[in-house]
Amino acid sequence: MRYNNISGAEAITLALIAENVDIVFGYPGGANLPIYDSFYNHGEKISHILLRHEQGAVHAAEGYAEASGKVGVCMATSGPGATNLLTGIADAMLDSVPIVCITGQVNSEDLGYDAFQETDVVGFSMPVTKWNYQITTADEIAETIAKAFYIARSGRPGPVLLDITKNAQLSIIKEFEYHQCTKIANYHPKWKPIVDKIDTAAALLNNAERPFMVVGHGALISKCRDEVRTLAEKLNIPVGCTLKGLTAFSSDSPLFAGMVGLHGNYAANMMTNECDVLLAVGMRFADRVTGNVKKYAPKAKIIHIDIDFAELNKVKRAYVPINADAKSALKLINERITPKENPKWVEKIAFYRQTELEKIINHDLDPNAEELRMGRVVDAVSSRLPMGAVCVTDVGQNQMAAARYFRHTVSDCLITSGGLGTMGFALPAAIGAANAIQGCNIVAFMGDGGFQMTMEELGAIMQYRLPIKVIILNNKYLGMIRQLQDLYYKGHDYFKELQNPDFVKIAAAYDIPARRVTTQSELNQAVEDMLTTPGPFLIEAQVEKNTNIYPVIKTGGSAGDQVFELPKNQE
Amino acid sequence: MKKKYTFLIYTENHIGLLNRISIIFTRHKVNVETLNTSSCVHEGLHSFVITIISTLEQAKHLAKCIEKQVEVAKVFLYREDQIISQCLALYKIAVDSKDTLRRIKSLVDTWNVRIFEQEEEFVVLEKTGTQANLEMFLKNNLRDFDVREFIQSARIIVTKPMGKLQDVLARRDEAEERE
Repeated sequence: MRYNNISGAEAITLALIAENVDIVFGYPGGANLPIYDSFYNHGEKISHILLRHEQGAVHAAEGYAEASGKVGVCMATSGPGATNLLTGIADAMLDSVPIVCITGQVNSEDLGYDAFQETDVVGFSMPVTKWNYQITTADEIAETIAKAFYIARSGRPGPVLLDITKNAQLSIIKEFEYHQCTKIANYHPKWKPIVDKIDTAAALLNNAERPFMVVGHGALISKCRDEVRTLAEKLNIPVGCTLKGLTAFSSDSPLFAGMVGLHGNYAANMMTNECDVLLAVGMRFADRVTGNVKKYAPKAKIIHIDIDFAELNKVKRAYVPINADAKSALKLINERITPKENPKWVEKIAFYRQTELEKIINHDLDPNAEELRMGRVVDAVSSRLPMGAVCVTDVGQNQMAAARYFRHTVSDCLITSGGLGTMGFALPAAIGAANAIQGCNIVAFMGDGGFQMTMEELGAIMQYRLPIKVIILNNKYLGMIRQLQDLYYKGHDYFKELQNPDFVKIAAAYDIPARRVTTQSELNQAVEDMLTTPGPFLIEAQVEKNTNIYPVIKTGGSAGDQVFELPKNQE
Repeated sequence: MKKKYTFLIYTENHIGLLNRISIIFTRHKVNVETLNTSSCVHEGLHSFVITIISTLEQAKHLAKCIEKQVEVAKVFLYREDQIISQCLALYKIAVDSKDTLRRIKSLVDTWNVRIFEQEEEFVVLEKTGTQANLEMFLKNNLRDFDVREFIQSARIIVTKPMGKLQDVLARRDEAEERE
């Protein structure tokens, strides 16, 4: 691709098109207007979704990236536009989401002199980006954008920020030529699995009496769902998934033990505690998974596969650390596995599931309960959705309810903020997902607290008539905070109760059909209406105020210390 | 147990990389004891020498965090017994009499220092040695002088192991899985 005498802004647009970017989420401002002006001439190839806040734009880029498997792109102006991106960039960093954020910047000769809307975005985004760079001359544009996309999507994906000064956008490039980047001298994103380690891992698994597999987001990024299933079925290994890895293994499988971690499923946590070999695939032993790491998987020899060498032995020492792409490593392990039955161990899944059913799930899903419960609402929606629906969640009790009770059957159908735990994530992330996948149901669960953090994005949903089904699980509380205060802070009723607006009226103001439901029958009818109404729809489900999410790992405990109820004011 | 560890970091020479590396230490609340950046014998690469006091486990973790950075070619982590290190110090001493000058000159012969600069009002002494030696010299040998300025460089090191960086980088290139 070669062009002569084009502006820097035009070069940016052409570079994005060359990287197969067909949509950008953003918010214009003085310092990025030349780029917007260039978009004007390329509307047939690149569209722009105008969010209502830059944080919305970056979360939308994340949602788009997770739903499409492509690099998400967002754009903001300098100064406050750039600072507003930071939460989303940090979110993408912790969850390994490939996004490229482009910020406008003041002219290069004004840098450092406090010009209007100047801020050092490169400096303050450094800890939360995989890479960042400030472009101050138009000649740098082609090479830098190519490098940015390669870094964002390769190896362990992550966010890249490019800060582009206005003079670089406006100056003329005599000869512009674009080539996608395929190699950077000192950057090695992917390693071949070391065969000796694969052999050791396979031998451990072949000889294990109680093997257990924990699958994380890395497995989804690596697209190794088939390899995970093959290994699990060949050796009859029960599988637990992290929150971000939930869709890497079908919840329909008899080998599915559930979600691991703090509010995970009992079977998955108990089997972590009892297993003799733990195969960790593309997960990072986050504290929400391990609890007290010293007590985590105490009987297990750990095989840890991760593409990021810095994750190996970071939290939990691995008996066999394998620095490789999960798909490559699992393929090799599968070649070395001898099929084996293990009925006694596998039966434990059903046993523990039954225990959880009796203690928690039957209660959470009880259709005859006087008041609606979060789990019941999630189940009522999920059970009526066709295969392939995308579930987006916010953070808090709603996230745990959606993770536990949504039927995760298709890969990549759960989009949630895992590492950073960003309230306000769901609505804009759903906007990104809706732009990535057409003809698919996008359901976004959120609490009344999280919804109000980014509810201005209803404006974007209205403007683009995006078919997003918004479910607000309204308990008139910051529910998870209330739960923590209830259990650990003597029930002190402080800063947790919300005086909410009328959500149905707010939806109406944005021309979005909405229902408020308080009973099971109203819920059923509203879900039917939601699924038969084209375009966006909002359900405000008024749910029990004082429900706690159980089971939970006791403070100071690990997977084996999960309980079905905690006495109040205890740790 | 906390000990002194030294990172030898080979990088590309880019604006901002120093910040990207230093925030890794900040985030882990580890103080950088000395830091030196310079060109090195390997073409196209630049070196950082950073000394910290930390546990071995933490130092290894920090090394991985640094090596992950896109422009970092390789990080080596060394114990004190694996390196040969040296610092340079300059001492600016006021001269108010011939006797002072005579006493300063007597140090030159005894303590392996040299007069780097001599002006009417002051003398600048230059001394190389370990960080501790240079500070001890100030404290013990210059205590009776009017020392107006003292500055010490960061540690520069050479390592005892004889492995070649090129071999390490070549092995790493072979181990890379390409798309």
